[in-house]
Amino acid sequence: MTEMIDPTTEAALAGLRETAPAGLAHATLAAVGLADDYAVIDSPVGPLRVVWNGRGVSEVSGETDDARFEARFHARTGRRARRVAALPAELARKIEKRLAGDRHNRIDLDLRGTTAFEQAVWRKALEIPRGEVRPYGWIAAEIGRPKAVRAVGTALGHNPVPLIVPCHRVVRSDGMIGQYSLGGPQNKRTILAGEGADPNELEALARAGVRYFGSDTTRIYCMPTCRDARRTSERHLVHFASAKAASAAGYRPCLHCRPLGAAVA
Amino acid sequence: MGVMEDRLPADVELARHLAADLDGAFEALVLAHQDRLFTIALRTGGNRNDAEELVQDCLVRAYRALATYEPARIRELRLRGWLTTILLNAGRNRARVKRVPTTELAFEPGAEPAVDPFIRRDQRESWGRLLAGLSPAQRTAVVLRHVDGMSYAEIAEAVGRPEGTVKAHVHRGLAALRTALLASEGPPEGLRAEEIPA
Repeated sequence: MTEMIDPTTEAALAGLRETAPAGLAHATLAAVGLADDYAVIDSPVGPLRVVWNGRGVSEVSGETDDARFEARFHARTGRRARRVAALPAELARKIEKRLAGDRHNRIDLDLRGTTAFEQAVWRKALEIPRGEVRPYGWIAAEIGRPKAVRAVGTALGHNPVPLIVPCHRVVRSDGMIGQYSLGGPQNKRTILAGEGADPNELEALARAGVRYFGSDTTRIYCMPTCRDARRTSERHLVHFASAKAASAAGYRPCLHCRPLGAAVA
Repeated sequence: MGVMEDRLPADVELARHLAADLDGAFEALVLAHQDRLFTIALRTGGNRNDAEELVQDCLVRAYRALATYEPARIRELRLRGWLTTILLNAGRNRARVKRVPTTELAFEPGAEPAVDPFIRRDQRESWGRLLAGLSPAQRTAVVLRHVDGMSYAEIAEAVGRPEGTVKAHVHRGLAALRTALLASEGPPEGLRAEEIPA
C-alpha cells in the first residue's frame, strides 16, 4: 500500500527511535533467572557474597575477590553475576531473620543444576534448629538412605547456600565438629558457638564417649544438643555411649531429635 | 507462505533458537528487541522509568509464556508482533492499575538519540511532543507504523483491531501531526515551510 507520508515526516518519526537503558537487559535476564545480582553482607565469619535472581538465592560465597568470585560462579552456573550496592530490603530482612534462627521465614532458593539427593540432604539440614547439631548419619537415615553417609557429607560440602541452609549444624558421626565448605572448620566452630552450641564442649563429650543424654524421670534419650535434653537438670541427666545401651536401660528415643537415625550410622 | 513473509530473517532464526534452547537463546531475544520495545513503550506511554519497567515486564511475560509453549509453536512465532502485543497488553494493565490516563502523558526527551541520522535533538523533542498530543489509538498506530516500522498486518494483530481501522488511525494521526505542526509557533527548527505537507 502506498503511504500518505512525506519524506520529512517519515524521517522525523524514524528519528524517534531510542536505545534501551543500559541495565535493562541484565535486569530482565536476572528477573527470569538467566543472570544474577550479588551484594556483600557482614557475617560472624567475615564478608559474604550473597547472589540471587528472580527464582531465589543462588549462592552464598566466602570468596572475597569480585573477579575470582564471578569467574567461579560463571563456571558453576553458566550465568553472569553483577555486583550491586545492596540486597533487596525484603531479602536482607529474611536472611537476617534466618541467621538469627527463625526457620519459619521462607527464603526462595535457586538450586538448578543440583541433584534430588543433594536437595533432600539440604532440606533435612534446614530442620536442625539453631543451637543444635546432628551427625551425617542422622541425615542419611532421616532421608531414607542410611548407607549414604559419605554422600551426605559430599552433598553438604557442595551446599551452594551455606548459613541459609545450615550445613554447619551437621557434624561428624564420631561427634567431632568436622569440615566446613565456607572457609574451613574454624568458621564452623565460630558459627556454632555464636548459635549457642559450644564446639569444645561437644567434642569433649564425644571424646569421653558420650553420644546421648537421657532423663531418668522421662526415660527418654536425646542427642546432646536437643532442646529437650538441655532442659533436663544435672540431677536427672544420664549419659549413654550408644543407642543400644540406652535402649537396654529401658529408655526410648526422643521424638524431637530422633536419635535412632544417628545410631544407624 | 504469506504469513511468513513479514517475519524478519533475524526473527525467524531467533524463533528457531528459542524453540531449541529457550534459556540459551533468550538473551539474544532481549538484545534484538529491547530498543524497539523501549521506543514503543516510551513513545506511546509515559516517562523513561515507566517505559523501562514496562519493557522488563513484557520480556518476563514473554519468557514465562515461551517456557510453556511447544517448540513447534515457538518456531512459528512472529516475534516482532507477538512481543508488541505483550507490551501493549502489559501497558494497558499497568495504566488500569495506576489509573493514569494515557493522554496526560508528559513528554520526556530521549536521553541519547539512538538512530538519528536525519534530525537534531531539539527536533526530536518537537516531534516527540507532537506525537504525545495524539489520541492514544492514533499515537500507537503511528508509532508502530512509522517509528518502529511494523506492517499493517502485524499492527492489526498486535492491537486487536481490523487492518482498515489501523490504517485510518495512522492516516488521521499523520494529518493531526501536520495540523499540530502548523498550529505550533512555526515549523520545528530546521524545517522549511515548503517542506511541511499541506
